[in-house]
Amino acid sequence: MISLTINGKKKNLDLDPETPLLWVLRDELGLTGTKFGCGAQLCGACTVHLNGKPVRSCGTPLSQAAGHYVLTIEALHFTHVGKLVQKIWLENDVPQCGYCQSGQIMSATALLTQNKSPSDAEIDAAMSGNVCRCGTYNQIRAAIKDASAALGGRR
Amino acid sequence: MKAAFRPSRRGFLKASAATGGGLVIGFVLPAAGRLAEAAQPFSPSAYLRIAASGRVTVVCGLSEMGQGVLTAIPMLVAEELDADWTKVRVEQAPVDKAFANPMFGIQATGGSASVRGFWEPMRKAGAAAREMLVAAAAATWKAKPADCRTVKGIVLHKSGRRLSYARLVARASKQPVPADPKLKDPKHFVILGQDLKRLDTPPKVNGSAKFGLDVRLPGMLTAVLTRAPVLGGKALSFDDSKTRAVPGVKQVLRTPHGVAVLADGYWAAKKGRDVLEIKWDDGPHAGLSSDDISKRLTDATALPGKVGRDEGNLATATVPAKTLEAVYEAPYLAHACMEPMNCTAWVKPGEVEIWAGTQSQGPTQGILGQVASVDPGKVKVHTMYLGGGFGRRSAPDFTIDATILSKLSGRPVKLVYSREDDMRAYYYRPASVTRFSAGLDAGGKPLSLRARVASPSIMEGSGFMKLPPNGVDRFALEGVQDLPYDIPNLRVEYSQQEPGVQVWFWRSVGHSQNIFFSESFVDELAHAAGKDPFEFRRALLAKQPRYKGVLELAAEKAGWGTPPPAGLQRGIAVAQSFGSYVAEVVEASVADDGRVKVERVVAAVDCGMTVNPEIIRRQIESAIVYGLSAALYGRITFKDGKVEQGNFDSYPVLRINEMPRVEVHIVPSGEKPGGIGEPGLPALAPALTGAIFAATGKRIRRLPIDPDMLKKA
Repeated sequence: MISLTINGKKKNLDLDPETPLLWVLRDELGLTGTKFGCGAQLCGACTVHLNGKPVRSCGTPLSQAAGHYVLTIEALHFTHVGKLVQKIWLENDVPQCGYCQSGQIMSATALLTQNKSPSDAEIDAAMSGNVCRCGTYNQIRAAIKDASAALGGRR
Repeated sequence: MKAAFRPSRRGFLKASAATGGGLVIGFVLPAAGRLAEAAQPFSPSAYLRIAASGRVTVVCGLSEMGQGVLTAIPMLVAEELDADWTKVRVEQAPVDKAFANPMFGIQATGGSASVRGFWEPMRKAGAAAREMLVAAAAATWKAKPADCRTVKGIVLHKSGRRLSYARLVARASKQPVPADPKLKDPKHFVILGQDLKRLDTPPKVNGSAKFGLDVRLPGMLTAVLTRAPVLGGKALSFDDSKTRAVPGVKQVLRTPHGVAVLADGYWAAKKGRDVLEIKWDDGPHAGLSSDDISKRLTDATALPGKVGRDEGNLATATVPAKTLEAVYEAPYLAHACMEPMNCTAWVKPGEVEIWAGTQSQGPTQGILGQVASVDPGKVKVHTMYLGGGFGRRSAPDFTIDATILSKLSGRPVKLVYSREDDMRAYYYRPASVTRFSAGLDAGGKPLSLRARVASPSIMEGSGFMKLPPNGVDRFALEGVQDLPYDIPNLRVEYSQQEPGVQVWFWRSVGHSQNIFFSESFVDELAHAAGKDPFEFRRALLAKQPRYKGVLELAAEKAGWGTPPPAGLQRGIAVAQSFGSYVAEVVEASVADDGRVKVERVVAAVDCGMTVNPEIIRRQIESAIVYGLSAALYGRITFKDGKVEQGNFDSYPVLRINEMPRVEVHIVPSGEKPGGIGEPGLPALAPALTGAIFAATGKRIRRLPIDPDMLKKA
């Protein structure tokens, strides 16, 4: 039995500890907002927060999350920065197909939580693990900058 | 989009009172089904509902893959309905003949054809409803309809009386449906041409949007399917003893296309597959290699092919002062949609139900009817959001295999491709080689041009088209055959070569490689003539105002003719595809180690009348990114019959740190709308390689761009 907190709720899971967190979320708990893109930590579609830090859930075994706090897109609006990032993503109409956007938003929120005034280079560093095949990168960058401004970051 | 699972609303006769007292408008698309189903009786279907609350629901039969169709189609209806946009929502339609795109007679999304196909029918649906609402109001007031007008969901009489659509729906549904409702003069558009927000954004920022992969059914198994690693191979035998020992694995099934592991969830299925031992017979393509394919295509261009275009006479053309010959090559490409292919199927007695992100609802019905031996009309297709399409999701492999697995297992089955499965499942953009030869006169004007294209045929590989009697695949030649430049002697030939790779439609199809070929070669001609690449094109496009218009606009906005920023060089290219004209100027640098960096892309687009300019700008930008990924990195290669790429490490795509600034300028136009999902792609590669030529003097004739070739010695 593995215990962890997911979106504020304590979960006791009787699963193979090697199971990637991604499939625990999607197949066991029905939290399908976290996406499967590559299974190899190459695309970022599965990004969630583990104790506030962005991790690729496809490469995070359940055992590694034991005793820790997992936050997914479904509960991101309970955080101040996450709610703001989602609002700005909506206002800016960032998504196209939308499939990568949960991961993009989770990565962007983690970045802005830690650094409310990211430079372009810092945005590149934090976001280059998240692939978007529709090419919304410029809208993502603009939304991060808008969120930064709304958080009182230096321009 | 919450209503994606709603039952189909079939069989409405013209107008009827919907459950809940609303107005429903159905109508027959003028040319629907004309290709395959001319003898069928017409079958009206519901496109539009107005609820007694005043809420307007547009039912859209097209697939949303990021291109904005779930916003564009409602805008068409809302404009002519004079709807209050804040009350408009959209619902995904079931599969039904009435949702066939009039451009191809089937229900499918592709070919940048959604707005082009539905521009008139959807506006007519809105206009018909508006006329019925006006008639109902006029009858209530005992007034003349001509004395009424409509604005934002309200009918107004000249006397000042007013009634909201909400209050009129019951009476309006008793009005006859006008046969030929009057459409607005475009100068009175208030919704079309506006940057309205997309209707599908809210669920895409909170994780609630349901893609195919997110479908969960009671009793469902998740399947992974191991296909033959070589196309045409067969499983000889397999040992599943270890697989069956993996907790959660329920069934191991041999199918016509491989061996599948079905389990409680993806992880168990994958673990089971990892220990599955399969012996393969690789079949006739075991020796397939990219080098051999390349040689075969190149050799084929040395010989005459089937003639796609022939103007003037190459043989008797005036003796040129200068001749050029060049061979261009493009590789096979995977689509690499963010969402790997998947489908959930449930085969029940006499019927099939699937949930999938598909671009191809209509054909899917027929195909799955055959697979499951049921009447095609008994195949229900629930269209989910598509995590990228780019043509890939019009292929039938994932829906067929999911259906087979449900039939064999007796359970609802979600078939999931791993990223590697997805990348190695074929359905590639064809590899292609084109050999050009041309002659210039003493003044540098082109006298003659011949292009010989060798590539596999998408038409023949598609399974639903046939090569025409002249043997020319139009997809293999589009972008070369329609070369717009004023060249008096011109011949374009095609040689069909089939190395054994399944080919398919890939964003912008033949234009994706052919515009790279033809525009690069035109660039070569410009340099051979000693002319500026922009001025050279412009002079040869005097009779092509729309090409010339975008070319001039892109050049002007990019500052063509002024010195580029330090370290950068510019290239330019122009293309027409899917009824839209796009020119692009690329500013790029080439580092000493040969690495190419694109800093800025300026695009000009003439796509006729616009529906939503912001979506147009985003789609052009999207296509630029897709084209740039392909130009820099895209390549599927074969060794010993097997695909060498598998994931985003071996098949890299553009990331945010490589993203150029993009500016998109739209030419104001009163022409009928052109397509927009694909036309931004073709000009990118040749504009980029033009910039590379300006920077290095080296001409890239083969994609993807090889940095080694550009290294400083």
